Amino acid sequence: MIERRPFLNVLSHGVLLIGVLVVAFPVYLTFVASTHTAQEILQAPMPLLPGNQLVHNYVAALTGSEHGPGSAAPVGRMMWVSLVTALVISLGKIAISLLSAFAIVYFRFPFKQLVFWMIFVTLMLPVEVRIFPTYQVVSDLGMLNTWSGLTVPLIASATATFLFRQFFMTVPDELVEAARTDGAGPMRFFKDILVPLSATSIAALFVIQFIYGWNQYLWPLLMATQENMYPVVIGIKRMISGGDQAQQWNLVMATAILAMLPPALVVVLMQRWFVKGLVDTEK
Amino acid sequence: MGAISLRKVVKRYGIGPKANQVIHGVDAEIADGEFVVIVGPSGCGKSTLLRMVAGLEEITSGEIAIAGRVVNDKEPSERDIAMVFQNYALYPHMTVFDNMAYGLKIAKVPMAEIRTRVDQAAKILELGPFLARKPRELSGGQRQRVAMGRAIVRKPAVFLFDEPLSNLDAKLRAQTRLEIQKLHGALRTTSLFVTHDQVEAMTLAERMIVMNAGRMEQIGTPDEVYHRPATTFVAGFIGSPPMNLVRGRASASGFAAGEQLLPLETPAPREGELVLGVRPEHVEIETDASPATWPLRVQALEMLGAERLVYGLLGDALFTARLDATLPHPKVGDIVGLRAAPSHLHWFDAATSARVEAAPRAAHAAAS
Repeated sequence: MIERRPFLNVLSHGVLLIGVLVVAFPVYLTFVASTHTAQEILQAPMPLLPGNQLVHNYVAALTGSEHGPGSAAPVGRMMWVSLVTALVISLGKIAISLLSAFAIVYFRFPFKQLVFWMIFVTLMLPVEVRIFPTYQVVSDLGMLNTWSGLTVPLIASATATFLFRQFFMTVPDELVEAARTDGAGPMRFFKDILVPLSATSIAALFVIQFIYGWNQYLWPLLMATQENMYPVVIGIKRMISGGDQAQQWNLVMATAILAMLPPALVVVLMQRWFVKGLVDTEK
Repeated sequence: MGAISLRKVVKRYGIGPKANQVIHGVDAEIADGEFVVIVGPSGCGKSTLLRMVAGLEEITSGEIAIAGRVVNDKEPSERDIAMVFQNYALYPHMTVFDNMAYGLKIAKVPMAEIRTRVDQAAKILELGPFLARKPRELSGGQRQRVAMGRAIVRKPAVFLFDEPLSNLDAKLRAQTRLEIQKLHGALRTTSLFVTHDQVEAMTLAERMIVMNAGRMEQIGTPDEVYHRPATTFVAGFIGSPPMNLVRGRASASGFAAGEQLLPLETPAPREGELVLGVRPEHVEIETDASPATWPLRVQALEMLGAERLVYGLLGDALFTARLDATLPHPKVGDIVGLRAAPSHLHWFDAATSARVEAAPRAAHAAAS
């Protein structure tokens, strides 16, 4: 690691370059495909430089104005659905886990340990395991094809609760006591001291949960049966019809790029906070 | 305004037979404006006692009154106290100004008033240039001053200090000690200061409470505690190096420490099992051990600059003497004679370890 030999330098750069190529090339190809007409993409070999259909393809995808063999639902609406679900899920998760971690760490109530372990055990049960009972409950409550149906079942989060619990336990007791002597009640302490101190953890969690919410596939697939409640991830799948018809690959690829943009933006914009939240805590 | 009364204060953790009692009924009256230091080894319950006054620990039984008002069931914020914590407990995300103003903001003091009070405190503590900074941008000493500032702005009836100097380096500690003294001189607010450091206790205290194992061993001025320790514990705890304590049997012919009979100029206050206490600084060393002196077999020497410590065996008890470093000193293996003025001998009951008042003092008092 510490050795600096020319050969090792070349080797490590080579390995890194190969890694970048493996990861980045498909993304590049997607972008290139989204800038050509459907016919051009199907030529062999496929063009490796961007074409001139960029604006046309993206407008067509967003508005759903061009009909192919698959679904031509406007991607604009799907992006909106995805954005709202991802935001509600991530903000909801943060709010609920902050409060439940606050209760678990700072309050004495009967069966506190049991409650904590119950939350903790749900960590081991992913959404997929409990998806049928959840579906049953949501459908009985008449929440199919609604915003709340898309988001509420995904909000409760053992991971985030656990993360905040661990963070709160590292907050020195003296800080709580200082706040008490200053006359701050529990909610005041929560609002004025605990939440600002957790800011970096909240940011890190927001990034992770936003991507989690944005990438939801199985749950919306079961839950949403109307086109206007489909998130973009499902939209991509529905644009590709089975059979041998010529697919609108250019539009599919444009949609894929559009679906990638918001999570990428969130990561890029919040990267500084995200890293800070994962590596250090300000106390 | 800020007198504190502790009446039979008891703290017990847990209930039933497994309960762990850490404070065994402490009684003390602290006058308004007094600076009282609670000192004791770690685990003696001194911090617990302070936290009970602050309202951060529940009082199992007994009563604590601040300014004549029983505060057992009051929240810390309702007790008219301010506390300075060992690790300062500053809010890391707030500026120095906000840290000091937080309590006042919650109490809904008008903003203009907050500003004048914080500015005043900042001026006293020389924190003016740092008001806009965050705690992490300050040095340890400055953080310490912010913590004190946070206490001052609330103008409480009582200041509570929980080992506030133990995170500072030695030089800063001495300096801050002086500042606290100055501050108390200016504000005259009743203060309760917990420390395990006897130098801090001796220098800061107007009166000090020496605690051991959840009991109050002695309460008195530093002078009283040093010159007339109430128990062997106090005798051994206050003073550095600690007082020599020699267990033995007093009789008309002297004090028998093991095999060694120590002659006494004035007889012990009573005969029987006693503990003899002599401070290392109160013995003189004579190079030839005459029969009137106590023979000390020298085992080790330590040169401390201004003084020299002589360690040895008196009978079979370890004994330390402190000599002026400029005086001629014995060598290891020598047997030297020790002489101590009768007024510098302390006597304690061997069973109860309580002080036994020396007879000559009483005689002297009667004569005068």
